[in-house]
Amino acid sequence: MTELDCTAVELGKKIKAGRVTAPEALEAVLARMDRQEETLHCYVTDDRENARKKAETVQAQIEAGTLSGPLAGVPVAIKDNMNTAGLLTTCASRILNNFVPTFSSEAVKRLEAAGAVIIGKTNMDEFAMGSTTETSYYGVTRNPWHTDHVPGGSSGGSAAAVAAGECYYALGSDTGGSIRQPASFCGVVGMKPTYGTVSRYGLIAYGSSLDQIGPLAQDVTDCAAILEVISTHDPKDSTSVKRDDTDFTSALKADVKGMRIGIPRDYFGEGLDGEVKDSILSAVRQLEEAGAVVEEFDLSLVKYAIPAYYVIACAEASSNLARFEGVKYGYRAEGFDGLHDMYKMTRSEGFGPEVKRRIMLGSFVLSSGYYDAYYLKALRTKALIKQAFDKAFAKYDLIVGPASPTTAPRLGESLADPIQMYLGDIYTVSVNLAGLPGITVPCGVDSKGLPIGMQLIGDCFQEKKLIRTAYTYETLRGAFAGCPGKGKEGGQA
Amino acid sequence: MANTISDETIEYVGILAKLKLSDEEKEQAKKDMGRMLDYIDQLNELDTEGVEPMSHVFPVHNVFREDEVTNGDDSAAMLANAPEEKDNSFVVPRTVE
Amino acid sequence: MSRQYETVIGLEVHVELATKTKIFCGCSTAFGGAPNTHTCPVCTGMPGSLPVLNKKVVEYAIAVGLATNCTITQYCKFDRKNYFYPDNPQNYQISQLYLPICRNGGVEIETENGKKIVGIHEIHMEEDAGKLIHDDWEDCSLVDFNRSGVPLIEIVSEPDMRSADEVIAYLEKLRMIIQYLGASDCKLQEGSMRADVNLSVREMGAEQFGTRTEMKNLNSFKAIARAIENERARQIDLLESGEKVIQETRRWDDNKEYSYPMRSKEDAQDYRYFPEPDLVPVVISDEWLEEIRSRQPELRTEKLARYKAEYGLPDYDAEIITSSKAMADLFEETVDICQKPKKVSNWLMVETMRLMKEHAMEPEDLDFSPAHLASLIDLADAGTINSTVAKEVFEKVFLEDIDPAAYVEEHDLKNDNDAEGLKAILEEIIDANPQSVADYRNGKKKAIGFLVGQAMKATKGKANPGMINRMLQEML
Repeated sequence: MTELDCTAVELGKKIKAGRVTAPEALEAVLARMDRQEETLHCYVTDDRENARKKAETVQAQIEAGTLSGPLAGVPVAIKDNMNTAGLLTTCASRILNNFVPTFSSEAVKRLEAAGAVIIGKTNMDEFAMGSTTETSYYGVTRNPWHTDHVPGGSSGGSAAAVAAGECYYALGSDTGGSIRQPASFCGVVGMKPTYGTVSRYGLIAYGSSLDQIGPLAQDVTDCAAILEVISTHDPKDSTSVKRDDTDFTSALKADVKGMRIGIPRDYFGEGLDGEVKDSILSAVRQLEEAGAVVEEFDLSLVKYAIPAYYVIACAEASSNLARFEGVKYGYRAEGFDGLHDMYKMTRSEGFGPEVKRRIMLGSFVLSSGYYDAYYLKALRTKALIKQAFDKAFAKYDLIVGPASPTTAPRLGESLADPIQMYLGDIYTVSVNLAGLPGITVPCGVDSKGLPIGMQLIGDCFQEKKLIRTAYTYETLRGAFAGCPGKGKEGGQA
Repeated sequence: MANTISDETIEYVGILAKLKLSDEEKEQAKKDMGRMLDYIDQLNELDTEGVEPMSHVFPVHNVFREDEVTNGDDSAAMLANAPEEKDNSFVVPRTVE
Repeated sequence: MSRQYETVIGLEVHVELATKTKIFCGCSTAFGGAPNTHTCPVCTGMPGSLPVLNKKVVEYAIAVGLATNCTITQYCKFDRKNYFYPDNPQNYQISQLYLPICRNGGVEIETENGKKIVGIHEIHMEEDAGKLIHDDWEDCSLVDFNRSGVPLIEIVSEPDMRSADEVIAYLEKLRMIIQYLGASDCKLQEGSMRADVNLSVREMGAEQFGTRTEMKNLNSFKAIARAIENERARQIDLLESGEKVIQETRRWDDNKEYSYPMRSKEDAQDYRYFPEPDLVPVVISDEWLEEIRSRQPELRTEKLARYKAEYGLPDYDAEIITSSKAMADLFEETVDICQKPKKVSNWLMVETMRLMKEHAMEPEDLDFSPAHLASLIDLADAGTINSTVAKEVFEKVFLEDIDPAAYVEEHDLKNDNDAEGLKAILEEIIDANPQSVADYRNGKKKAIGFLVGQAMKATKGKANPGMINRMLQEML
């Protein structure tokens, strides 16, 4: 343990106190990257030269007293689907292999204003479509806990980078579980806020009605502090919500007395790995012993969330990804014959198989004659799912369940059967459909040595209840083992 | 498999989505889409009669801008990533007129 | 041709709204400017950009809806229309399909068989596309997104029109209403008003509509009339020869006076509309609606009545002056200065209209100042210049917006009212033209006209012709 082995908020305090400097923290991270990236491949692009300059500038501002705030000087990694002005942004796709945005996403701007030092852009499933980070055009990311396993996805690069100490915290995006599931697979804390809490401006859209940016971090305190910085009402995003309760760090209290927790029986039935189940239920018991009121209930409609999600997300994606055709930016094929051939060749060469699969499905469900049967049916199902949650939240402050039916699968296991992979999203997608906040906290390690995550789901705008409960649990649990490879000379091969 | 996707359907979806598929990819796509639609057909078990389709989760409405010019000439930035540029414009293969 | 056919026409009219900025971003809508200089991430479809609705667009759309007797959809939404084309940066257009802002309206038009209502099915808001410029040298096309995102309303009529004349009457009516509202300048030539014609034919008396085609690229009333005649004939020919009309979109070439199908097999015409997730619904409260209603400017019918009552204009004058908002504005501004409504109306109806026709101009193109017209009227009224000179000077006002008082002074155009001087000239003319004098004296009263002409010539047009006439009569 050195001064630099600490959380983001702790590091911020140490920098402010003059115990370490921002450039020192950055160099420590870069050194780890040098040792581990060849194996782990958390990043698509690293921007170390600019990061070094930024670290120097920020350090000077902190010393001059012109910059304060809990994250000033702390190195951060950004998922590669958020625009960063002047820095390659690929969405892990060939079709954006040369795209350098001219404006930054709002969340990134908020971090920069808070003195964050951006190390680079993290790997992900192509256009955030996938649950393993294996669909990236730029190669897979490996789970730092066990490099034969996936880190989860789609924010797998961000989750792995946090777990492996290749950043102090990261931003991810969550359309159907893409923050919470990889956080769970990598033994870090991941939070998806209520839809509309973080501006989507500059986030390259996958499913616009479901996408939300959120933090992946080493603990709940970091998550609360990061969310406090990035949440904002942004007039550039019409779906951004005006809130006056974004002082999330005020909820960092170890107290769950009287907190009503619902355990959906449907989340603990068939399909859930036994070790995952036991680990989560034992975590819930700890909360109960600390004064939470725990009760089982039937959430209902759980199995319909996945089909409804895939119809809605793919439909929106088929439209959102139409802009990538080789005219204005990104990859353009060669040797085409006329306009439409250029479109088709560019897109066929530029998109990977999973993205094509979803674009085709999305185009089909919206096409003439199928809109009502598929798209409207899915929107109606979404309304029913929302009602089911409303009913649950009339009785409970939050719902606790797994983030995924299993711990991280082995590389190459999931892509063989897309539907099987989609089923892995069963505990996460309904949260996006209903616009709810969710957080995953590590609660154990399975017999393979892979971390297990517990997911807490709150009602809209009830992030503080999630933070408070997760923080309490963290206190009860004590320090989490931490990723075995992290910080070790030579990393874990 | 209840949903059988025809060659014509895949061809049509290819036109809509602007994707060119090899014969092999087409066969795979037919299979994948058929299976996925079978899976999605589970939704038919649900009675959604009288349920209003929900596109936005929150009842937020009337988000407007005022009619004031806020942007200047940003053409250099807009064209910065263009695969081909001429006369301050994006270049495409000649469109049929 | 033994069978009689009826033409059934419905129109889709696109109108560019007169907002300062685009519908979803803060870029200017001003015409001109080098390519792509009025663009930003939103209107060029950059990844990560998001639309935010311009409130003024909603207010204009409501104003047009109210003025065309529509029901306003108080909960309306935007949808995405998906199709690939290079002028469409996102490859979807944000439009309204399921809940358009206005529905079920109509306007009254005059036809040869009397008044008739043309129904308006709906009016929806949407964004315009960019422009494609074809580069013949390089065999490529250039894309300019300056027009991309300019706000449009699309006014979809019922298939209520039966002839080109009715179509033009309907378009003129719409144009007048929208111009009066200030919601658009509605210039067909410049594309701020565009009409797509949906046309089918059916045997006279048939109840079912025939298969329709949609005709695009109609840039003038004349082109619309020609395209309608041509398409009607084409469809009848097909039916007469036992063929079928294919439902398709056709492009009109007004130079060649023919149309051709527009789409290739790459265009499925399956737009996969779905609710736009990046925009929230528009809720129009009763209060907002009332506020817009109360702000509606005076429309033509009210103006017409007021011109007759307040200014005492005859029906005929009032009809003509109010037939365009630009003309009515010019009239009112000039009257405000000179307080001579009938004189102003005469100048507008006679000389102004004549020159507009000569220069193929629309009332919207008039750009001389009302003060100069007022000043000209005062000069003529005071007898400072005669009517011939006045017409000459007006032409200068019309074309160059010169200041009439200064111009008359500078060019020495004042009436020559010097009776003694004139008498001397007239005596010379009488002496020089014995034949005309004799003719006049023998009862050929018209012969005096020749003498007056000679006198005007001699005075270089500055004399008052009335005065010459009077003096000549006395002298002969």
